[in-house]
Amino acid sequence: MFVYTIRRLIQTIPVIIGVTLVVFLMMHLIPGDPAQIMAGERADEVQVEQMRDRLGLNDPYYVQYASFISNAVQGDLGNSVRSGRAVSSEIGARFWVTVELAFYSTLLSIFIGLIAGIVSATRRNSLLDMFIMIFALFGLSMPNFWLGLMLIQYFALRIDWLPVSGWGSPEQLLLPVITLGTAGAAIIARMTRSSMLEVIHQDYIRTARAKGVPERYVIYKHALRNALIPVVTVVGLQFGVLLGGAVLTETVFAINGLGRFVVEAIRMRDFPIVQGSVLVLAMLFVFVNFLVDLSYRVLNKRIELD
Amino acid sequence: MENPKSIIKVEELQTSFYTHKGEIKAVDGVSFDVPSGKTLGIVGESGSGKSITSLSIMRLLEDPGKIKGGKITFNGEDLLAKSESNMRTIRGNRISMIFQEPMTSLNPVFTIGDQIAESYMIHEGLSKKQALRKALGMLELVGIPSPKDRLKAYPHELSGGMRQRAMIAIALACNPELLIADEPTTALDVTIQAQILRLINGLQEELGMSMMLITHDLGVVAETCDYVAVMYAGKIVEYADVDTLFKSPKHPYTVGLLQSLPRHDIDQDELNVIKGMVPRPDDLPEGCRFAPRCPFATRLCEEKLPSLDDIDDKNQVRCWIYNDQWDGPEVNVKDDYRTAQSD
Repeated sequence: MFVYTIRRLIQTIPVIIGVTLVVFLMMHLIPGDPAQIMAGERADEVQVEQMRDRLGLNDPYYVQYASFISNAVQGDLGNSVRSGRAVSSEIGARFWVTVELAFYSTLLSIFIGLIAGIVSATRRNSLLDMFIMIFALFGLSMPNFWLGLMLIQYFALRIDWLPVSGWGSPEQLLLPVITLGTAGAAIIARMTRSSMLEVIHQDYIRTARAKGVPERYVIYKHALRNALIPVVTVVGLQFGVLLGGAVLTETVFAINGLGRFVVEAIRMRDFPIVQGSVLVLAMLFVFVNFLVDLSYRVLNKRIELD
Repeated sequence: MENPKSIIKVEELQTSFYTHKGEIKAVDGVSFDVPSGKTLGIVGESGSGKSITSLSIMRLLEDPGKIKGGKITFNGEDLLAKSESNMRTIRGNRISMIFQEPMTSLNPVFTIGDQIAESYMIHEGLSKKQALRKALGMLELVGIPSPKDRLKAYPHELSGGMRQRAMIAIALACNPELLIADEPTTALDVTIQAQILRLINGLQEELGMSMMLITHDLGVVAETCDYVAVMYAGKIVEYADVDTLFKSPKHPYTVGLLQSLPRHDIDQDELNVIKGMVPRPDDLPEGCRFAPRCPFATRLCEEKLPSLDDIDDKNQVRCWIYNDQWDGPEVNVKDDYRTAQSD
């Protein structure tokens, strides 16, 4: 397990290098001259040239990249163009809000998705199964900002049970987490159902029944453990979708998280902020998928080092 | 033909699958019994209903399979009348089963030890620690080398033969009265087959179990069984003790099966095969189900299904040839089979 962990950790290195490269190139691939944009529209030639020098844009690309990396490793992601404050401290607090939102949403979607999927699979073709699958299809097809607006409309405005916006108190968590978690729950439910249906017809399930194992244990011990393997993959991938969805959810519920912050930064053309945020979110995604890989190994002993 | 004391008695068992195309009769009125301490072989080609028969006894049929009729008596208890939870106390405890595919019959995410121990925890209420200790004993009994390490091994770390030994350990853990072995050696190498058969036979004697051995391999039957039931298309066509069956087979299908075995004592250019195919279970012939492939078949055979009758005190045969109503020429099935088939 230890060797496996190290191996997987090493395998993330090329990904991280790739991410930093893309993020670095963002500065250069966006239309327009970054120095011009940063110096402001009314800056003259000299000011733009000074800005270019200050940003190191006159250096060769590899020098620029090297200094970008060495700064990033030290936690220096540059300064915000608008506020002038360090990007790292601007991102810091907001980052945890988004992580919290994503974490609770993932928990919700795993919880609901697993239960719905198992129930659906064990009562295949029943009314309940049909109901769950139709519901899952809805959950999957609904854009989450729309779902968020509908939830606000009903639960916050019409019956006034929950606050319209904000983040922090448990009541404030509920609507955004449902908004962001629904699509994931639907995907996990469908995945769990099909995975369970496949596993349930395996020979070893028949062996378990032939042993006299009570049906409850056949499902939750013998079948689920095997069925979870593909589901875990989906959970990992879903997390990336979740981070994207967080942008809209945070906007709808006026949550001061990283997602909304990035959108604002894009509108303001505050590139250091965008760059830093993308880098941090991408790293988070890589980290989550690293955890997914580790849990594979715990679930499935057949996975060796390759 | 009556066996004095039988561990399990199956009477007129009918098992069908209900699909959107209609009812498929996989097992159609099968009766037999397994004498206490003895081994009954059930022989037949794929699709003859032999595995479905054993799953019916265990009541492990999956949808859309259903037991439609008949009676299964195990040690005087009516198995078909039992509740599902009562049935669970029998499965893996008093009746155990070994399956064909050792590669896929063990759960890949649990250790061998856990999978054997589970039986003891369910049926004998042992703690995990006690159960694992007994599991270790079982691994020793089935002859797995360095059993202590194997206890912690996962199925993928074991070879096919070792996995089948582990399966046997699971099946025999609670000292069952009846062991149903469904093609236990089919998926294994020939050398391993012999080892596993010897192991099963030895343990059967040691533990005093009765056994049902399901196979398509007559060689395996000759080596291990006391009685044989030959199944064809959902029905038993011949039932006899093993010596009688091999020495004087009566049903043309049995004769065909025996003659399709490769022989070394005579010069043979090619193997004798039974012409044609097993009928599809959703498209069974009206009369005798073997009639389309039988070299002796007459109109009577094609029109009416024969019953399974005692023809002497040793054989039960389902064939018109041995009936008073027989409308064909007099034949000796065993001697005339080959010439009749080549005509």
